[in-house]
Amino acid sequence: MTAIEFPGEPRRRGSNLEKWGWIYMRASGVVLLVLIFGHLFMNLMVGDGIQAIDFGFVGGKWADPFWQWWDVLMLWLALIHGANGMRTLVNDYTNPGTVQKVLKGALFAAAAVLIILGTLVVFTFEPCPAGAPADLLPSFCAA
Amino acid sequence: MPETSAGTLTTPEKPAKQKPGGTLYRGHEGMWSWVLHRITGVAIFFFLLVHILDTALVRVSPEAYNAVIGAYQTPIMGLGEVALVGAIVFHAFNGLRIILVDFWAWATRHQKVLFWVVIALWVVTMLAFTPRHLINVFSH
Repeated sequence: MTAIEFPGEPRRRGSNLEKWGWIYMRASGVVLLVLIFGHLFMNLMVGDGIQAIDFGFVGGKWADPFWQWWDVLMLWLALIHGANGMRTLVNDYTNPGTVQKVLKGALFAAAAVLIILGTLVVFTFEPCPAGAPADLLPSFCAA
Repeated sequence: MPETSAGTLTTPEKPAKQKPGGTLYRGHEGMWSWVLHRITGVAIFFFLLVHILDTALVRVSPEAYNAVIGAYQTPIMGLGEVALVGAIVFHAFNGLRIILVDFWAWATRHQKVLFWVVIALWVVTMLAFTPRHLINVFSH
């Protein structure tokens, strides 16, 4: 854990973003293990598993704020974890320059757009859209 | 490395069977866990991009979402889901191994054993998941 100190190297001052990235990968990884294993268990192992997933299934789940927050937390943690991991690969396999900048920019843009999109989808979701066939909707829409 | 330069002084013996690089790391558990962690990580990342987009279709219409999720329920995609879950489970357990190796001296010394513990846990988890999932996929 202790960083090797090189003699004569000036001690870093202030915050070290790479160190926080390193910590983030480990902290978010542990939380993601719980969130994703729970997600896979609820969606693939319980009941008819993947065959039961449809609009009504999602509507039923997101009627509960617990699952809304579960999914939003998973979305944020996973996208940042994944994009940061991909950044490591870009650093490893490309040389500093335009290509590297473009790749990192694309990773940042993809993560930012999908985090915003996903968060909006979860919190503006309409489980009982007007005019939709009742058999496609969660059962509570009939009431 | 010294073998080549010593060649003129002594009769070269049968070339010793040498692992490439000849390091403690290369070709061993540490390297393969690193390789698998990268490959599974990249695969999961690209699935995540697609999965957020397909889920976002719930905001378009029930029909649109059901049409796309229907594609995930076909036999071919069902097998793909086994591969995906396999990648996630390996990445998750090996990630825990990395954390242990980073923070715990015993785990640093025993990282090779821990790789096989990861593999064993992966096998157990996949034995629990795969039959259940494939029955769901193929019985409809």
